[in-house]
Amino acid sequence: MPTVVISGSSCRDFTHGESEFEVAATTFRQLIRELEQRFPGLGEHVEEYMAIAIDGVIYQDAYHAPLKPNSEIVLIPKIGAG
Amino acid sequence: MTFIGNKSDLRVVGTRPVRPDGVDKVTGRAVYGADATMPGQIIGKVLRSPHPHAKIISIDTSKAEKLPGVKGVITSADIPNIPSEEAFVGEGPMNFRDLSLNCMARDKVLYEGHVVAAVAAINDAVADAALKLIDVKYEILPHVIDVEEAMAPGAPILHDNLFTAGVTPKPTTASNVAKQVRFTIGDVEAGFAQADVIVEQTYTTAPVHQAYIEPHACVAAIAADGQVLITASSQGHFMIRAYTAKLLGIEIANIRVTNAEIGGGFGGKTVVYLEPLAVALSKKSGRPVKMTMTREDVFRGTGPTSGGTIWVKVGATKDGKITAAQTVIKLQAGAFPGSPINPALMCAFAMYDLANVDTLGYDVVSNRPKVAAYRAPGAPISSFAAESAIDDLARKLGMDPIDLRLKNAAKQGSKTVYGVTHGVIGYEEVLNAAKAHPHWTAPLGKNQGRGVATGFWFNIGGESTGGVFINEDGTASVVTGSPDIGGSRASMAMMAAEVLGIPYEKVRAVIPDTASIGFTHVTGGSRVTYATGMAVTQAAQAVVEDLKKRAAMIWDISPEAVEWKDGEAVPAGANAGGFDPLPLAAIALKAAKTGGPIGSEISVNAQGAGPGFGAHICDIEVDPETGHSTILRYTAVQDVGRAIHPSYVEGQIQGGAVQGIGWALNEEYIYNKKGHMDNAGFLDYRIPVASDLPMIEAVLVEVPNTRHPFGVRGVGEVPIVPPMAAVRNAIRGAIDLEMFHLPMSPPRIRAAVDAAKAPKAAE
Repeated sequence: MPTVVISGSSCRDFTHGESEFEVAATTFRQLIRELEQRFPGLGEHVEEYMAIAIDGVIYQDAYHAPLKPNSEIVLIPKIGAG
Repeated sequence: MTFIGNKSDLRVVGTRPVRPDGVDKVTGRAVYGADATMPGQIIGKVLRSPHPHAKIISIDTSKAEKLPGVKGVITSADIPNIPSEEAFVGEGPMNFRDLSLNCMARDKVLYEGHVVAAVAAINDAVADAALKLIDVKYEILPHVIDVEEAMAPGAPILHDNLFTAGVTPKPTTASNVAKQVRFTIGDVEAGFAQADVIVEQTYTTAPVHQAYIEPHACVAAIAADGQVLITASSQGHFMIRAYTAKLLGIEIANIRVTNAEIGGGFGGKTVVYLEPLAVALSKKSGRPVKMTMTREDVFRGTGPTSGGTIWVKVGATKDGKITAAQTVIKLQAGAFPGSPINPALMCAFAMYDLANVDTLGYDVVSNRPKVAAYRAPGAPISSFAAESAIDDLARKLGMDPIDLRLKNAAKQGSKTVYGVTHGVIGYEEVLNAAKAHPHWTAPLGKNQGRGVATGFWFNIGGESTGGVFINEDGTASVVTGSPDIGGSRASMAMMAAEVLGIPYEKVRAVIPDTASIGFTHVTGGSRVTYATGMAVTQAAQAVVEDLKKRAAMIWDISPEAVEWKDGEAVPAGANAGGFDPLPLAAIALKAAKTGGPIGSEISVNAQGAGPGFGAHICDIEVDPETGHSTILRYTAVQDVGRAIHPSYVEGQIQGGAVQGIGWALNEEYIYNKKGHMDNAGFLDYRIPVASDLPMIEAVLVEVPNTRHPFGVRGVGEVPIVPPMAAVRNAIRGAIDLEMFHLPMSPPRIRAAVDAAKAPKAAE
């Protein structure tokens, strides 16, 4: 199963300090739903404020982003525009 | 997205044609926000608070309303009182209620210059007179501006309902610290324990304005049926539409925004100030309303970037291997939360391959205008401190500062503090290009010094729409939703011309209004050539496929038997038939007969934008008597992926470098004890002008990002990241003076020179 790491401290209130999870999800959309089920509010927070980096490639607002078992999967704060 | 950008195959991409907007801009024909007019328009002006922090007790507009020539007056009572709601719309996460309150205060003013009311009148003179008749009663409150003072116990609190997020247990006392954030990898304590040499220092940066030459301006009208028209310059007319709709409770389909030419944005025009007010005034008055800011309005009422305090500690073994890096950053957000603290923390050490990094940050409100994005938000501030510390480390180790960076350089496979492993990047290539440049070894004279610093920015992709349409005579129109703030119309036309195989001069790129093209995210985040270019390229490729089908129809053969080469349909082989090549123009002539108009519009949500790295070399001469610094030579090296139009890529790099130099040497907001800005104009807020600086040499290193068809990496933001440290390190080299606070203006250098001499004087 893919392992997801949540970067930074912004989600710790939802996860009681945990930052690394095995998930059954195979897409970002499924991940959001699974996180929301496990930690109410987290899925919504991730969907609105986080991007997902899969093997170094950053996806923002991409439900379809694929999660593979051996990939490095990191949730990072969304990057803004200057 | 297939990579088609092998340099040897390209005929248009990489060349330097004349920009399509050039003649309009140099002849005055270009329509900027302040040039736009609507029939019957009247003038809108705002009343700004003279106090940095005060409760609004009452606002009496009755006398203003009675003044002949006044057609409408609004206060917050005329703006919907929307609830707190956050979304990622323009520059970054935005709380719509905060945005509304920033456009017009409701119960409290939070900075000098905060808008409290607005009038619409038949001309400027009547509008000015009306503003003077508005009677506002304030209860003045103590104010706080400096970030450390705002964090201190007992500081005046701006928001009674703001509690620090990211702290456990959840605080119950209101604070000016909106949030605390941390990113960590490895074990910095263990890392520092391994170090032979440690540098540790605290730096400060001043808030600076994006200083676009063109003040904000718009004209807006709402008809009796609720249809809204707005013309404004901005970094995103879809952003203006979205924010105006949200703040005023109007359905998006009822708002049409036309994009005017823009005289600079740099992130500061990814947000609204005037447009919702102009629409509200139009509703009150029944007339179109034009609003333009003065330069003073821009300084007192629009978002600068944050100022901050940055503590940095870096340790290394004596052979130059960095074992640990740590930083604590406190950033001013202005009146409402939202400083770029996340990217500041994430970017500080992103150039290095480090096992042990700890970054802690605070987003702090204070009585200043709410910050807005400014080119790589947060990164220049943290990199100023980090790159100054790296330079100091190099000195302590007796190492060449570029060699120290090469020894610790991030490369493919390096993990960042935010947990992401770098893919293909060009940092080592950039460093090697800087080291090999003749500038690095050119001789220096007395009181002259050389500094180097590097920087990183993520770049983004996002939603873009691009269309390519073939005209009846075989020319092509390219339409996109991206306002052109750096030459992107030329780049879009070039990419389309490359795919179509026709000359650039046959392709014209335009930016239609929000009702005439699909949704497009702001022009910012160094995303347009990447994301909108991707949409345009895909649209051009779809057009080519259609052109091949049309040629097949004309020749009466199978479409599979047609190829596209150099702007012409050609038979795929001898078996396809002995047809002469069919130029695009010939196919266009028969468009109606072969199926109708030829065109394609593609919308994308581009992912996988590649990050960029830059290295800057600065030579400076410092006069220790006056404290004045002269930049003698400046070289900016950057990994650009693929330069579609090298002149505009160089322009972005030069512009970013110049802004960073201004940030380093002169720019700051000067506040008096009353919390008023004393230098709200370009005479006293000193940005560099052309005569201040030598030509900035931009060196383009191309390590393509193959997720883009031509290998593009965003370029607009990276170049503002290195300059402050490069200048600071050069000053150190010039007169052996360590500077820790920006700007390094003549009075500050003089004071530092005097302070450095003082013990010797005592001896």
